[in-house]
Amino acid sequence: MENALELLALSPPGWGGNLLRGLWNTFLIAFGAYILGLALGLFGAFGKIYGGPVLRGVLTTYTTLIRAIPELVLILLLYYLGTDLLNIALTSMGFERMDISGLWAGIYVIGFVQGAYSTEVLRGAFHAVPYGQIEAARAIGMSSFKAHTRVILPAMIPFALPGLANLWLIATKETALLAVVGFSELALLTKQAAGATKAYFLFYVAAAVLYLMLSLTSQGLFSLIERYYRRGQPQQG
Amino acid sequence: MDWSWLPEYLPRFGEGLWLTIQLLVYAIVIGMTLAIPIGLAQVTGPRPLAWLAKAFCTVIRGTPLLIQLWLIYYGVGSLFPSIPGIRESFLWPVLRDAFPYAVLAFSLSVAGYEGEILRGAFRGVPKGELEAARAVGMSRFQVLRRVWLPRALQNSFPTLTGEFILTLKATPLAATITIFEVYGVGSIVRQETYKIYEPLLFVAAIYLCLAGILVLGFRYLENRIPQPSRS
Repeated sequence: MENALELLALSPPGWGGNLLRGLWNTFLIAFGAYILGLALGLFGAFGKIYGGPVLRGVLTTYTTLIRAIPELVLILLLYYLGTDLLNIALTSMGFERMDISGLWAGIYVIGFVQGAYSTEVLRGAFHAVPYGQIEAARAIGMSSFKAHTRVILPAMIPFALPGLANLWLIATKETALLAVVGFSELALLTKQAAGATKAYFLFYVAAAVLYLMLSLTSQGLFSLIERYYRRGQPQQG
Repeated sequence: MDWSWLPEYLPRFGEGLWLTIQLLVYAIVIGMTLAIPIGLAQVTGPRPLAWLAKAFCTVIRGTPLLIQLWLIYYGVGSLFPSIPGIRESFLWPVLRDAFPYAVLAFSLSVAGYEGEILRGAFRGVPKGELEAARAVGMSRFQVLRRVWLPRALQNSFPTLTGEFILTLKATPLAATITIFEVYGVGSIVRQETYKIYEPLLFVAAIYLCLAGILVLGFRYLENRIPQPSRS
């Protein structure tokens, strides 16, 4: 037991500090990816709703492919594709080749995957807004843009929140897959700590506890946010 | 794009595909067998049992599958050799192989997620139906077998099939513990041929086909399940 505490100590030779740094990286990647995913999802959802046949076709392909192919395969594909395309663009403009830092690559890869799921969540939320509210907004003279920012988007939030909360939890867990590509987030740092000390069981349990704490805190926060946005709506159940 | 490596590696992809399918089927069958009591315990079980089932679901759903897999394979697996005499016992060949660990990890994951879904499904069966079943003289177990479970599965079937697709998409994680299923074979090809895109695209196409076949199969089953007329 004493040995375990020594191994988990925050300062070297303990590995606790490393694990916490990994947790912070995990959080940063998940947060950035979530925001990117939301932006893509917002664009995707309204593109699917208002877009022409070409845009709709492209977006349907995007959401279908992303949701049917395993994340691990997608992460590798997107990672190589992204760095290759970026370097082709850079060299053609006369810049040096560069390596994307782990953090940004992780955000881009997971965010791109999240975007597909966000698209579907937000699209569903849009269709859940009673049509009368949209008509009412237009009838009192709001422009289409104003009707969206003042009525439709705020009215979508309560419908979208359960799905979006779920997506955040998926994002935090999905960052673990980045360990396979070699980004130093919690899962990879845990693997390194476990490999160096041979205390496999201890470190994987420690990582699981950290992930669980992240999940439970997020769940708590989201239920508070949801309660705030559901104020004034009829209670369900 | 250069696909000249494909004929050489095709047999290995065949073996990988078989491993993927085995892993998926084992995980779903064992996982669902566990999920039914886990869901049921949360609805009618005595307090400690319900609490235990709830805690299990929370832990499984709150931690990444990759960590669970590594915890079971590297963590638990590293504890076994310290048990004296285990290397001579009949269990050793099983404990040394990675596949049983993967089956265990994926089954527990399925049990956690599906247990949560079944909890909702069990709760969603109208009480009147259960009371009616009791009233015509069925024992509690008969009620479960003839009314409660079938109704719960019927209502949650679309959700469950969606979850099974997610399980399929999680199977590549097994490659991280030396199981060469489809994705693992793809990694071998990448290492041996130094090609990046072709093997990944090929692997992606295989999963796309598998997912498509599963979706069609489940849709066929779903249409065969009689639906109560909705009012």
